[in-house]
Amino acid sequence: MIAFDHVSKRYSNGREALTSVTFEIHTGEMVFLTGRSGAGKSTVLKLIALLERPTRGTVLVSGRNTTTLKSRHIPLFRRQIGMVFQDHRLLADRPVFDNVALPLIVAGTSLKEADKRVRAALDQVGLLGKERMLPMELSVGEQQRVGIARAVVSKPPLLIADEPTGNLDPYLALEIMRLFRRFQDVGVTVVVATHDLHVVREFGQRELVIDNGQIHDDVDDHLPSVIAVR
Amino acid sequence: MSIAVAGTRHLQALLGSLGKLARNPFSTALTLLVIGLALSLPTALRLFILNAQLATGGFTSAVDISVYLKTDVPLAKAQQLARSAGERSDVDSVELIPSDKAMEEFRNYSGFGAALDALKENPLPHTLRVHPRSDSRSPAAVETLRRYFAAWPEVDIVQVDTDWVRRFNGILDVVRRLLAIVAVLLGAGVLAVIFNTTRLEILNRRSEIEVTKLVGGSNAFVRRPFLYTGALYGLGGALLAWAIVEIAVIVLSQSIATLAQLYGTRFSLQGPSARDVGILLAAGFALGWLGAWISAARHLWRIEPRA
Repeated sequence: MIAFDHVSKRYSNGREALTSVTFEIHTGEMVFLTGRSGAGKSTVLKLIALLERPTRGTVLVSGRNTTTLKSRHIPLFRRQIGMVFQDHRLLADRPVFDNVALPLIVAGTSLKEADKRVRAALDQVGLLGKERMLPMELSVGEQQRVGIARAVVSKPPLLIADEPTGNLDPYLALEIMRLFRRFQDVGVTVVVATHDLHVVREFGQRELVIDNGQIHDDVDDHLPSVIAVR
Repeated sequence: MSIAVAGTRHLQALLGSLGKLARNPFSTALTLLVIGLALSLPTALRLFILNAQLATGGFTSAVDISVYLKTDVPLAKAQQLARSAGERSDVDSVELIPSDKAMEEFRNYSGFGAALDALKENPLPHTLRVHPRSDSRSPAAVETLRRYFAAWPEVDIVQVDTDWVRRFNGILDVVRRLLAIVAVLLGAGVLAVIFNTTRLEILNRRSEIEVTKLVGGSNAFVRRPFLYTGALYGLGGALLAWAIVEIAVIVLSQSIATLAQLYGTRFSLQGPSARDVGILLAAGFALGWLGAWISAARHLWRIEPRA
């Protein structure tokens, strides 16, 4: 699904965020990207979503080389990826329904079909019945779940999340991660950048440790603990 | 993408733009007013030219020759002269205006009624108004006629009413040029207003644009609501300009009618024709769309999502 081959990324301010990073993530895998703040986790996600292009090396996502993808094809490319952010990036002046429906509207889905799928997505994150509320009227955990509903509403094969639990207490964080794993269960590839090591250990999934712009460790043998059992 | 889907998207963008305009009634009204006033001026000028042509239509195309007889020529002689003038092959018709009728008209319309009563006798001569045939209205043919009448011993002055017609047409030409200049300048003004309004709107909705691009919205998708907003501004401003001009016509028509009566003609002020209104609305729509398009092209590409 995702293949980084000797990828380096240097930003225009001269900072080298990634240095010759190579790894592969298979379809249907759930992978945690961990590491300190500024280690390069977000850069990896940006390169996957084509918010940035690599300075050197190649990034393949769903068999597409993001280095050579033309700008006008980027919108279509991004519709294959669900994105979740730490600050959830909801539109404050739009009700929950509109926020979740945005990817479908953008893709030209009919309103009838969109209505059905938005409700299904809200049901999956446990927020059915709150369609008409504004994001501000929801709790932080609920806002993040709206963000997740928006990411999965168009059923993308790949879900990426940048510190999705950064603003949440441990209990809510665990809940959000369980949600992600349910999407993995139905075949979605999930990549989560987090520094919440506690949660990572609980889940016992593959962990890519990034340090100083390089893959420091690739741990695939965590034993799942009791609370994370499906 | 199917046509139905494309239609749905456009409808969504249109309704969304309408909703946004309705939610900010005050700033929307101000923008519409600026555009409306800007578009109403060239429309009003165009109407002015049209009405000026209509009001003078009777004599701008025709050439009249006024033959003033000497004051001592009796009416019977004047009638005889009129008949013989009418027999010329290059004359279409001759109208005799007897001195007492001329006096009566003058008394009615000049406002000097009381002063004229003080006169012991009528100072006005009998007048022949000669209309040349349509094939004898060239300057040379008219000059021939003028000389012919001037040679009559009973004739005092022959006046050919072409000079002022030419001057008047010259003035209209100047106004027409002025209309073109005003239309271009104010059109550019409307473009600038919509460009700037769209720019502010884009900056205001920066986060929305970013998120839309993040979830795979194309540039065309992001641009569309701004184009609709711009076009609605232009169309709304054009409708307002139409209303302004129609109201001005209603306000002016009474005094224009009175003025026309003073000149002894029956003239009523014409409002814009369906074609003029169509052109006005199309121009408003096009300017709005274009202004928004230029603004979007200039400002949207700079907004790229950051994660």
